[in-house]
Amino acid sequence: MTSAVSLNTVSRHFGAVRALDEVDLEVGEGEFFAMLGPSGSGKTTCLRLIAGFEQPTLGQIRIFGEAVEGVPPYRRNVNTVFQDYALFPHMNVRENVEFSLMLKKVDRATRAREAEAALELVKLGGYGERRPGQLSGGQRQRVALARAIVNKPKVLLLDEPLGALDLKLREQMQEELKALQKTLGITFIFVTHDQGEALSMADRVAVFNFGKLVQVGTPEDIYTRPNSRFVADFVGSSNVLAPEFVETIAGERRWASLRPEAIHLVRGTGGHTPLSGTVVSRSYLGATTRLGIDLNGTLLHAVVPSGADVPADGDRVTIGFAREALHLMEEAE
Amino acid sequence: MSALAATSSGAILPNRRGWLGALSDRFWRQPKLFVFLLVLPALLWLGIVYVGSLFALLLQSFFSIDEFSGLINYEFTLKTYAELLKPQNLDVILRTVIMAGAVTVASALIAFPIAYMAARYARGKWKALFYLGIMLPLWASYLVKVYAWKLILAKEGILNWVFEQLHLTWLLDGWLSLPVIGGNSLSISYTGTFLVFLYVWMPYMILPIQAAIERVPTNLLDASSDLGATPMQTFWKVIFPLALPGIVAGSIFTFSLTLGDYIIPQIIGTSAFFIGQAVYAHQGTAGNIPLAAAFTVVPIVIMGLYLWMAKRMGAFDAL
Repeated sequence: MTSAVSLNTVSRHFGAVRALDEVDLEVGEGEFFAMLGPSGSGKTTCLRLIAGFEQPTLGQIRIFGEAVEGVPPYRRNVNTVFQDYALFPHMNVRENVEFSLMLKKVDRATRAREAEAALELVKLGGYGERRPGQLSGGQRQRVALARAIVNKPKVLLLDEPLGALDLKLREQMQEELKALQKTLGITFIFVTHDQGEALSMADRVAVFNFGKLVQVGTPEDIYTRPNSRFVADFVGSSNVLAPEFVETIAGERRWASLRPEAIHLVRGTGGHTPLSGTVVSRSYLGATTRLGIDLNGTLLHAVVPSGADVPADGDRVTIGFAREALHLMEEAE
Repeated sequence: MSALAATSSGAILPNRRGWLGALSDRFWRQPKLFVFLLVLPALLWLGIVYVGSLFALLLQSFFSIDEFSGLINYEFTLKTYAELLKPQNLDVILRTVIMAGAVTVASALIAFPIAYMAARYARGKWKALFYLGIMLPLWASYLVKVYAWKLILAKEGILNWVFEQLHLTWLLDGWLSLPVIGGNSLSISYTGTFLVFLYVWMPYMILPIQAAIERVPTNLLDASSDLGATPMQTFWKVIFPLALPGIVAGSIFTFSLTLGDYIIPQIIGTSAFFIGQAVYAHQGTAGNIPLAAAFTVVPIVIMGLYLWMAKRMGAFDAL
């Protein structure tokens, strides 16, 4: 796998703030790569460094093997879909999409043809003469996408592109983006704070926190084998268990994570084992129900199938789970 | 039971407090009434005092003056407008329009970089300093500024002295020896009039451009660069079109203010009339109100044409 983008101990400081702190990262060619993290975690800074809007304070970035230090954005074969679309308000949709071709002095007919083809690809054929102001959020998002891919970039950067869309549209766009990436075969680097989005779309996910790269791996890696409390908690809101508690049930004094859906309930046990407790909250989620269970002071969440046998608030329950579902992390303190 | 009902309903819907409360309720139910009351004074002022007097002025321009008696003949005629086309009057109009055009173009050229700096780079106290610098001249009396400029531009003035110190007197003399724009000294040449107009109206050009540039989101500039535009291309394809409404707004100020001004050309420049001076002379000593009115209509028509053209060229598309 050739690497499309590689970061070598890259840092970006803004005064005393380390927006990005010594990040090493390889993104393979043709990969759908997600950068996940809470706001202020450095993921957008990382994207802006690759696009060229920011220069790294330290370290080196390579795009397809070429060092891009000092190369301005307009000389990088990388295009960006911006969070709030950044469509030019004084141009219609076609002119927006044609913008990069116009700069390359492509002749008018070819330009119009390619712009229309890009618009067709995002299912907006025939919208060329409209103004961005006349479009809905979802349509603007598609125009931004068409504008970024018309240039056939080697790498497409997407900065929370679905953040402003409503749930239904977001799910639809997630599938379309994935399909589009397959069709085009170009590298997508996708920034998001939505772990569900990252897991469902990406080939690999990088999790950021406080400017540091915390973990990189396939969605399955990240979800089932988080390497730290932060990842366990942020990705899929896992139960993070303290070392003292883990010692009582697994015999090792380490932090551990336990997925809520890996827990099943054993009812009617009255004994005071470490795994019995009281239901303290219950939220109905449709197909599943989320329970809060108090195990002698340790609060755990379990997601169980909805149905008549879901315990009510105050019920005594005992929980069970497969040993391999309990993932011990490296952190001991 | 009924007492209980009364108190409980009072708790949910507290009684309105006096007639002010009743008024608030009414405004809440009929927001349009509130808006109407808000604009009513302005509407009356604009409608009666302003548009009314403008209309009266227009009406005057369709009357004529009896050349022998000097009395106004209150019959509808286009004779006064025909008089505008006489060489000596056309001369005044052309001179004023060319001056206004030159002042507008020059102030746009000078104002743009200043406005751009202020909008894009100035922050905090530098921004405050910018506003102070732009607004400060507006706090001083217009007449004082104009007379100050007369001193600056005079033959014994500081500008001449500076040129002398720099051994550039030949340059100034060369400029002043040019036909039309030259003259005996800067203070009695068109160049002098132009410089003072430029100085006096500059804030009106800078502020709207600065506001327009400030409204351009930075991510549009990022997007442009991302799509392959060099900074120069970004300027011409993105920043300039989006700043254009500001430039047009500023040029409306500088252009119309120059068209109508009668004090600056009187104090600084040649003895040739500008429209404002012509209006002043005709309505005053000459007592030719119809011709003065017709002269006044000229800037209105020119501004109308200018706005229409600006709109056709798409200057307001980005609004």
